[in-house]
Amino acid sequence: MVEQEGFRRYIAHIILWIGIAIVAFPVYLAIIASTQDNALIANGQMSLLPGGHFLEVYYQTIFIGTSGSTREPVGNMMLNSLVMAMLIAVGKIAISIISAYAIVYFRFPFRMPIFWIIFITLMLPVEVRIYPTYKIVADLHMLDSYAGLSLPLIASATATLLFRQFFMTVPDELLEASRIDGAGPFRFFWDTLLPLSRTNMAALFVILFILGWNQYLWPLLITTRDDMQTIQIGIRKMITTTDALTEWPVVMATAVLAMLPPVFVVVAMQKLFVRGLVETEK
Amino acid sequence: MQKQAIFQSKLLPYALVAPQLAIVLIFFYWPAAQAVIQSFLLQDAFGLSTSFVWVDNYLDLFREPAYFEAIVRTFFFSFAIAVSSLSLALLLAVMADKPLRGGTIYRTLLIWPYAVAPPVVGVLWIFMLHPSLGVLSRYLRAAGIDWNPLLDGNQAATLIILAAAWKQISYNFLFFLAGLQSIPRSVIEAAAIDGARPMRRFWTVTFPLLSPTIFFLLVVNIVYAFFDTFGIIDTMTRGGPGKSTETLVYKVYTDGLLGGNLGGSAAQSVILMGIVIVLTGIQFRFVERKVTY
Repeated sequence: MVEQEGFRRYIAHIILWIGIAIVAFPVYLAIIASTQDNALIANGQMSLLPGGHFLEVYYQTIFIGTSGSTREPVGNMMLNSLVMAMLIAVGKIAISIISAYAIVYFRFPFRMPIFWIIFITLMLPVEVRIYPTYKIVADLHMLDSYAGLSLPLIASATATLLFRQFFMTVPDELLEASRIDGAGPFRFFWDTLLPLSRTNMAALFVILFILGWNQYLWPLLITTRDDMQTIQIGIRKMITTTDALTEWPVVMATAVLAMLPPVFVVVAMQKLFVRGLVETEK
Repeated sequence: MQKQAIFQSKLLPYALVAPQLAIVLIFFYWPAAQAVIQSFLLQDAFGLSTSFVWVDNYLDLFREPAYFEAIVRTFFFSFAIAVSSLSLALLLAVMADKPLRGGTIYRTLLIWPYAVAPPVVGVLWIFMLHPSLGVLSRYLRAAGIDWNPLLDGNQAATLIILAAAWKQISYNFLFFLAGLQSIPRSVIEAAAIDGARPMRRFWTVTFPLLSPTIFFLLVVNIVYAFFDTFGIIDTMTRGGPGKSTETLVYKVYTDGLLGGNLGGSAAQSVILMGIVIVLTGIQFRFVERKVTY
């Protein structure tokens, strides 16, 4: 404003770059480590420049896995994570949008109690009811299945509240107009409401996908078979062996691969992501 | 608020809410109720018989010094994580709020850690600060610090706090930036015309206007430190060395899974539920929609 702006801007640039360096350094290190020789890293002699084992390490990581006790290839883990994240995101959006539709566009007995039943679920993350939920999933024979991985995490209210809020802002005239055109509840939902909700759905999808991909405690409990484990669980198992046996280049390559999809989604869909984040937290 | 234009149908609305209700009841209310019931029961070591013990599980918990320590530790971790990541994020957001060339690039480069999963954060940081092979450990040793978070409880705690705060910077940064951008320029300009220097402008004008955001983030960060640090702790220290990094959520996990103490674990879950409900309540009550974007 009135002060020596040039100088202050200069400082701002420097502080921001320092911030970016802090944020990026661990990841830089992971990328570097994933291209180097394990013996070098184990000796504490790791160089801060890329090594020459990039293709070799990533090939081994994706298609073979570590040579230790967890032999599962990371490619398969990524597939599991992907299925789980997609099921959570799509499932949550699907069941939430129709229940919000019912609550906003219909009058029926127990409408408000049902709304409150859904609303209360906002309060408790899966972590606090973890063992009983585990037991129920086990009783339903859903351990080691995609259903078991995703269904319990679909149960939350945020998306329903969001769609409800959005539907409230849709002008009544739209419904009246489509009624005059002879549209029933299905027609109106499909032809009018869904297209209007597209950006909300996309924003929510971004957030929920990341949320699903990054799940840890839940898959840790309910997957016992190696071929069902997600990448977040796989990476933890890789570093459980004694230090001398940990294949750090493979671990770091796995970390890089685990970061890629969600980071890509955040960076590519920045606008939608910020919107989704801000809305879901409201 | 009620919609004026609605559909008439007897069964359709029930069919529409049915999937949501079914999932919520089966995977949410049922287990939550189970946790509460379980917390009043005592199971023998083989799971053969259970008896109703009223609040004994709770009393046992509070008699256990380890539980009390876990509570203090969790609150300390939450506070340390929230303060360090909030202050750094606020500094960065204030800088990024200035009309700088390349502003969107800065934003992009700062927000992506949001997407990094907690266990991956744990792996990255343990690798960086591993006592024998960590790149940064070399410098710490060179500086004369006897760095070994695998043996030293305080160092392990520091490591967890650093890693957890690191991940949370991007989230706080985004909300601070949104909060800053919603402050009308005219208010700040008026202060500038009155002769307030930038630091003074920040503390007397910007900071108070930002306080709803700060409060909101404080609550969110505490909830984050309670629950989302699980993956970080599990990959880095497993609650050790000793119990120096065991938080409340981690204790529920270890007592229930490894200790087989279901009643005690359930009682802990119920207490945690209480804490979350209070925190969420505070958030709704005081923040509501004051945070505008």
